[in-house]
Amino acid sequence: MSATPHLIWLLLGVGVILVIATLIGEILRARIAPDGDNPVIENLNARISAWWGMVILLSLAFLAGRPGVVILFAVLSFSALREFLTLTAKARADHWSLAGAFFIVLPVQYWLVGLDWYGLYAIFIPVYAFLLMPVVSALRGETKSFLTRVAETQWALMICVYCVSHVPALLTLHIEGYEGRSVILIAWLIFTVQLSDVMQYVWGKLFGSRLVAPQLSPSKTWEGLIGGVMTATTAGAALWWMTPFTMLQAAGMALAVTLMGFFGGLVMSAIKRDKGVKDWGHLIAGHGGFLDRLDSVVFAAPIFFHLTRWFWT
Amino acid sequence: MTAGIGSGGKAFFRRAAAAFAGSAITLFARIVTAPRAIWSGIEPLPKQRVYFANHTSNADFVLLWTVLPPMLRARTRPVAALEYWLKTPLRAFIGRDVFNAVLIDRRPEERVEDPVALMGQALAEGSSLILFPEGVRNMTEEPLLPFRTGLFHLAKQNPEIDLVPVWISNLNRVMPKGEIIPLPLICTLTFGAPLHLGDTEEKGDFLARSHAALIALKETVPA
Repeated sequence: MSATPHLIWLLLGVGVILVIATLIGEILRARIAPDGDNPVIENLNARISAWWGMVILLSLAFLAGRPGVVILFAVLSFSALREFLTLTAKARADHWSLAGAFFIVLPVQYWLVGLDWYGLYAIFIPVYAFLLMPVVSALRGETKSFLTRVAETQWALMICVYCVSHVPALLTLHIEGYEGRSVILIAWLIFTVQLSDVMQYVWGKLFGSRLVAPQLSPSKTWEGLIGGVMTATTAGAALWWMTPFTMLQAAGMALAVTLMGFFGGLVMSAIKRDKGVKDWGHLIAGHGGFLDRLDSVVFAAPIFFHLTRWFWT
Repeated sequence: MTAGIGSGGKAFFRRAAAAFAGSAITLFARIVTAPRAIWSGIEPLPKQRVYFANHTSNADFVLLWTVLPPMLRARTRPVAALEYWLKTPLRAFIGRDVFNAVLIDRRPEERVEDPVALMGQALAEGSSLILFPEGVRNMTEEPLLPFRTGLFHLAKQNPEIDLVPVWISNLNRVMPKGEIIPLPLICTLTFGAPLHLGDTEEKGDFLARSHAALIALKETVPA
């Protein structure tokens, strides 16, 4: 069976959600602040229109098949890596290793994913980049903050390239009876994790009062977390029929990825706080940078990949 | 007659090539550094201004020019070193035709025209300017070198024009001197509140004040 009918149903469903969200955003603006002077409503509407763009881009990549998905996530990795490395510690002596991160490590990782060479893409960054990149920096002779510099660069690669590349890597899993449909796994993962983010925001805005981590984020509340994770887990479980999972398994997977997604947001907030910024970037209106949108997927994707690989292949 | 048409066609071709090269250069700058403009002290309005910025790279004015809205960009001319930009035909094309730079000679013994007079002339024609008051690229560990006097003379001759400080961050990391491959890091350009020369302000005081205003913008940029 081909992936197309299920994918179209999912995309249509997302389209309906976005139409409703757009209508709610416009009604809120018309009712409360027609001059556009309410920052929360303006940000909500900016986020919704950015969502349209992201969903359209993702749909086009799905239609283009494996090369489209691999290239889309390589570009997302590049944008995320640029945001991360803009804020990390670095010296003149790191120029070659940083250029290597952008122009060698990143393309090679995605090329390996495209080749379906699991044995190498699973260790390329944690072993080879990890050992060789500091050598390139060390050869230039600058020792000041050396460990901080190489550690932060490696962290950037793990988060922005290694973890993100596990999304297109889902296409390489060979699940019995699910051949040719693995693109649905990506759509289901992104839908569940992002729905959790959105619903955490919605529940938090409506009912949130108790902060989960006041030192890290003023917007993550227990009410938002529980409401968001429950909503997204229910939705993920309800979509079990397009996945290789049973309904109960789908609920367990959805719970795992939404919790990982929440932890991802928490860890990335801690890094932003440490570096003194509110957002990673500025290119996605209303959301901030690419990493602000990807942080939950970054933490969820490798875990989802390995759980699926271990139990279903 | 034929020659007239020929040179007219050539001028048209040169203008079209310059417009195309201008778009290509701004697109390239956007892909490489995803520059972010923060208008913290002033709005991007089509008023005549002198933007003065820190200078760490030859690409500084390209980046500043890129983040200006197109309407402002068309009327904004960078002030650049004649001896650098007229060295090869390609540089001359980029400097003169693409950016319409006000080319000034930094070698007092060679020059035929006074730099301040050239800049004043461009302002009198209605253009805005991009100026690097340090005069040379800053290769030191200091965040900002002392200013040359050009900014003061412009402020004195054109008291009504806004002098806008612009701090360009990170570009020295994108392309340090001597490196060939640019790092695609994000550059931030912070536009501060405009300055004007005070009625009784002395040269030294004004240059110190504008220097401090520019460096104060650095503190507002993370990392």
